[in-house]
Amino acid sequence: MIVFDRATVVYPDQTVAVDQLSLTVPTGQVTVFVGPSGCGKTTSLRMINKMIIPTSGRVLIDDVDVAKQDAASLRRGIGYVIQQSGLFPHRTVVDNVSTVPMLLGVGRRRARADSMALLERVGLDPALARRYPNQLSGGQQQRVGVARALAADPPILLMDEPFSAVDPIVRQQLQDDLLRLQADLGKTIVFVTHDIDEALRIGDQVAVMRTGGYLAQLASPAELLSDPADEFVAEFVGRDRGYRALGFVSGEVATRLEPTITLGSSGEAARRIAHGADWLLVLDADRRPVGWVRPDRLGAKVSASDLNRSGTLAHDAAPLRALLDAALSSPSGRGVVVDAAGTLLGTVNAGDVVAVIERERGA
Amino acid sequence: MIDVWTWLTSGANWVGTDGIWHRLVQHLEYSGSSLAIAALIAIPLGLWIGHTGHGRVVAVSLANGIRSIPSLGLLFIVLLLLAPHIHNGDAFLIPSIVALVVLAIPPILAGAYAGVEQVDPAARDAGLGMGLTAWQVLWRIEVPCALPLMFGGFRSAALQVVATATIAATVSVGGLGRFLIDGLAYRDYSMMAGGALLVGLLAITVDAVLAGVQRLLVSPGLRS
Ligand SMILES: Nc1ncnc2c1ncn2[C@@H]1O[C@H](COP(=O)(O)OP(=O)(O)OP(=O)(O)O)[C@@H](O)[C@H]1O
Ligand SMILES: [Mg+2]
Repeated sequence: MIVFDRATVVYPDQTVAVDQLSLTVPTGQVTVFVGPSGCGKTTSLRMINKMIIPTSGRVLIDDVDVAKQDAASLRRGIGYVIQQSGLFPHRTVVDNVSTVPMLLGVGRRRARADSMALLERVGLDPALARRYPNQLSGGQQQRVGVARALAADPPILLMDEPFSAVDPIVRQQLQDDLLRLQADLGKTIVFVTHDIDEALRIGDQVAVMRTGGYLAQLASPAELLSDPADEFVAEFVGRDRGYRALGFVSGEVATRLEPTITLGSSGEAARRIAHGADWLLVLDADRRPVGWVRPDRLGAKVSASDLNRSGTLAHDAAPLRALLDAALSSPSGRGVVVDAAGTLLGTVNAGDVVAVIERERGA
Repeated sequence: MIDVWTWLTSGANWVGTDGIWHRLVQHLEYSGSSLAIAALIAIPLGLWIGHTGHGRVVAVSLANGIRSIPSLGLLFIVLLLLAPHIHNGDAFLIPSIVALVVLAIPPILAGAYAGVEQVDPAARDAGLGMGLTAWQVLWRIEVPCALPLMFGGFRSAALQVVATATIAATVSVGGLGRFLIDGLAYRDYSMMAGGALLVGLLAITVDAVLAGVQRLLVSPGLRS
């Protein structure tokens, strides 16, 4: 557990970067600091590993004041990932990752072997291990940065905008992989970002900060969307709050049976099964939905080129937002629901989902 | 040209205390010791300036000031200042070496501080944040990353010193410069040209050797 106790940082030029910050970062969870540029997120984060010492107030890790600990040994027990990766350009990927274990006295061979395993775990091809950082893409560099921070298996991980410098698609993969890793590792993670969507996605709890280093609200993502503390938070969290909040609500929505046809069947069979309906759902040989077709426009066969693929798929355990999106994006208006293996369970329409939302609200 | 070739290839010119071999070794001794002394002064100072950012302005203007003095002028200034205080046979040798040291310091110093300064601040920050001490950051990150520029500075100092060591002969010290001075005195132009040619060849060879060492020591990750 990390506790900020009225921590204040005033820089030599009298800038008050953080003002009387008090908050608790629970062990084993992801806490996100989010806020506009210059609001004091980085400064707050760097107080945890003593890169910055509070002008007044304290930061405690497991009840021990950080200021009273030896900086180097404290930091060796805290993983640190930064936006610009900060990889050592003169060392290979595997040696970058081995840095802290070797500082802690682990032998080179052992440290390298552990690092190789870790690289795979963060989703990197072990063939990249012998490369130098300047031979990697931005996304790969960030993965190495994460592996390097995890190498000595520290209980705490500090991440300062680790994914901001990569394109949105890679960013989403990195976020997914981080969440997957975290499900295994259960680290205490403090994650800084200025991207509210990233914060809501990654965080178990989110601290919204405003310029001048004030904590505006500390809450779960769902609560931030449903109950922003003030106008600043509401504004910062942004539009579509009601819809986005559905991303954190799940509810039991009963699926309907859906007539289907297998890809490659005859157009004749499709028209028979559709029974006059405008759209018919097409499955592959493993009963996985692949798209919709209009039976009246089919030729001799149901072929891949006939498919309309606009509908998104929802897993049965997905939040209501995914179910609603599946219904709204489907050309037939019926959202396709699949199980974990991707096989068809049935469909839901928007009305079904909205009914569940109403019911949840009433409950 | 043919005379130069004859001078260079006649075996008699290579042996003895005023032969080519001996002069070459002398030349290397002066240049090598000047460079070593300059490096001992300039590298720690440059690393300190680069690491802390202190004293940068002073170093830059001092280095530029020294660079603007002509080499021969520098030699005579040092000679005038020092010679009265030295009373043994080294009266000319020591001022020559001092002049070469002074000449070699600016490029080595500039290479060292610029090398450390250009290290990615994020790598430095990550190093500290991961628990390296300031000393470990200097030796394990800053110095290895500064090596390409440090070598650049040292190589240009070496070229300059090898070339300039020639003028030490004007104050009756040995080295390859003797062939130029003596050649002039005897009006033996093939000796003069041969000596100049040897200085050039030596400079190229020294630079090639240093380039080889640089290849061995600098991480492939720093080659762009
Ligand atoms: N070394 C410093 N000296 C003086 N002021 C500083 C220093 N570092 C940061 N500041 C100021 O402190 C405030 C908070 O900075 P901080 O880096 O913590 O912000 P941030 O929330 O991380 O911003 P960003 O999203 O842009 O990274 C800013 O006003 C910044 O200008
Ligand atoms: Mg920041």
